[in-house]
Amino acid sequence: MKEAVHIGRNPSTEPDLEELVGRVALGDEKAFASVYDAVVSPVLGVVRAVLRDRAQSEEVAQEVLVEVWRTAPRYRSERGTAINWILTLAHRRAVDRVRHAEAVAARDHKAALLDRTPEYDEVAEQVETRLEREQVRRCLRTLTDIQRQAVTLAYYRGLTYRQVAESLVLPLGTVKTRLRDGLIRLRDCLGVTA
Amino acid sequence: MTTAELHRMTGAYALHALSDEERDAFERHLSDCAPCAQETAELGATAARLGLAVSVAPRREMREQVLRRIASVRQASPSEPEPESESEPVRSGRARLRARLLSRWALAACVAAAAALGGTTVWQHQRAEDALGQARRAEQGTERIAAVLAAPDARTRVARLAGGAAGTVVVSRERDQAVFLAAGMTHPPAGKVYQLWFDDDGTMRSAGLLDPGRSDQAVLLRGAVDGASGMGVTVEPAGGSEQPTTSPLALVDFPA
Repeated sequence: MKEAVHIGRNPSTEPDLEELVGRVALGDEKAFASVYDAVVSPVLGVVRAVLRDRAQSEEVAQEVLVEVWRTAPRYRSERGTAINWILTLAHRRAVDRVRHAEAVAARDHKAALLDRTPEYDEVAEQVETRLEREQVRRCLRTLTDIQRQAVTLAYYRGLTYRQVAESLVLPLGTVKTRLRDGLIRLRDCLGVTA
Repeated sequence: MTTAELHRMTGAYALHALSDEERDAFERHLSDCAPCAQETAELGATAARLGLAVSVAPRREMREQVLRRIASVRQASPSEPEPESESEPVRSGRARLRARLLSRWALAACVAAAAALGGTTVWQHQRAEDALGQARRAEQGTERIAAVLAAPDARTRVARLAGGAAGTVVVSRERDQAVFLAAGMTHPPAGKVYQLWFDDDGTMRSAGLLDPGRSDQAVLLRGAVDGASGMGVTVEPAGGSEQPTTSPLALVDFPA
């Protein structure tokens, strides 16, 4: 049986994700199934955005979900929301995979970057959770072009800030600063608190 | 990297856009910089919102697959909290030492086994596990052996012994101690033992005996390395000798 779980900011009477993760931490497989249902789509979305490849994305997404099961006992709600923890894990795994693949292939760096320079809207088109998408989209529009491109390349393509700098032909320091002030602007627009 | 530079990396860190070295430097900085930690947490949460906006529906079968997989995955213990950097779990001191010991030990045992027989990977692994089990069972000296194997400056050298056995020497100059790992040693003739020696530029100084009943073992060499240039193994009458009475089965130079 599937339980409806809210992962956004919507207050509700459903068990929240933190509570479910707490049950998972005690080895509750049924609670894990509910966590799976709540997070699998964004987990797969994050991983797919970075990795592109469908089969590889599913493999990494599965690893992430198994890792959620494994490390649930170590999740601490005071350090952040559960969805934040899980998506951070997903992004980190995807980025690790893409960088590892790059290192293994040792392919020409620039060619690899050109290959992966995205159409920015392509990512947003995959969106299913419409409200979230609309809000993120709207807030991304409040960023300067450079801020938006830098943040998008880093997050949705898993580029390091050095690669972002190469790809946008900007100095390293500028990219570092733009990633930070871009995210700060996004934070304020989305009303994120930690 | 200057502190000001580190301060500016919160965004790149939250987006996982730093190199491993930069990430480590930043995480060290984080622990002393409360405002950075707050900002990093907020920007991390912001990045997660970027993730929430790109949901993709999974294949229906994936659910069953994942639920099946977790049924056989043991959960981590809550007592060793992992920080945000999940991929590199931080362990408590003792657990970390044990983990390093295990990996280094397993490696050494595998190397030794490989040198001895050039066996298959599976066999090496089995051997490593066997040796590990033995090391665990040996109550005496295990802690001290562990300390040498896990020493930051530990250096390893592998030697082939007569009869197809292999010896691995691990030396920590800082601790001034050495460990000898034997793999595939044949039992000494009745009434004889293998004796270990420090080689002080040609003068042999006894460093203890091997257990004659075991072909695989780890032994802390008795006494300090004290500048010895290497070690040797000889066959001696039970109880050992003051000085070697036979020519060495092996002489191993310590790694510089």
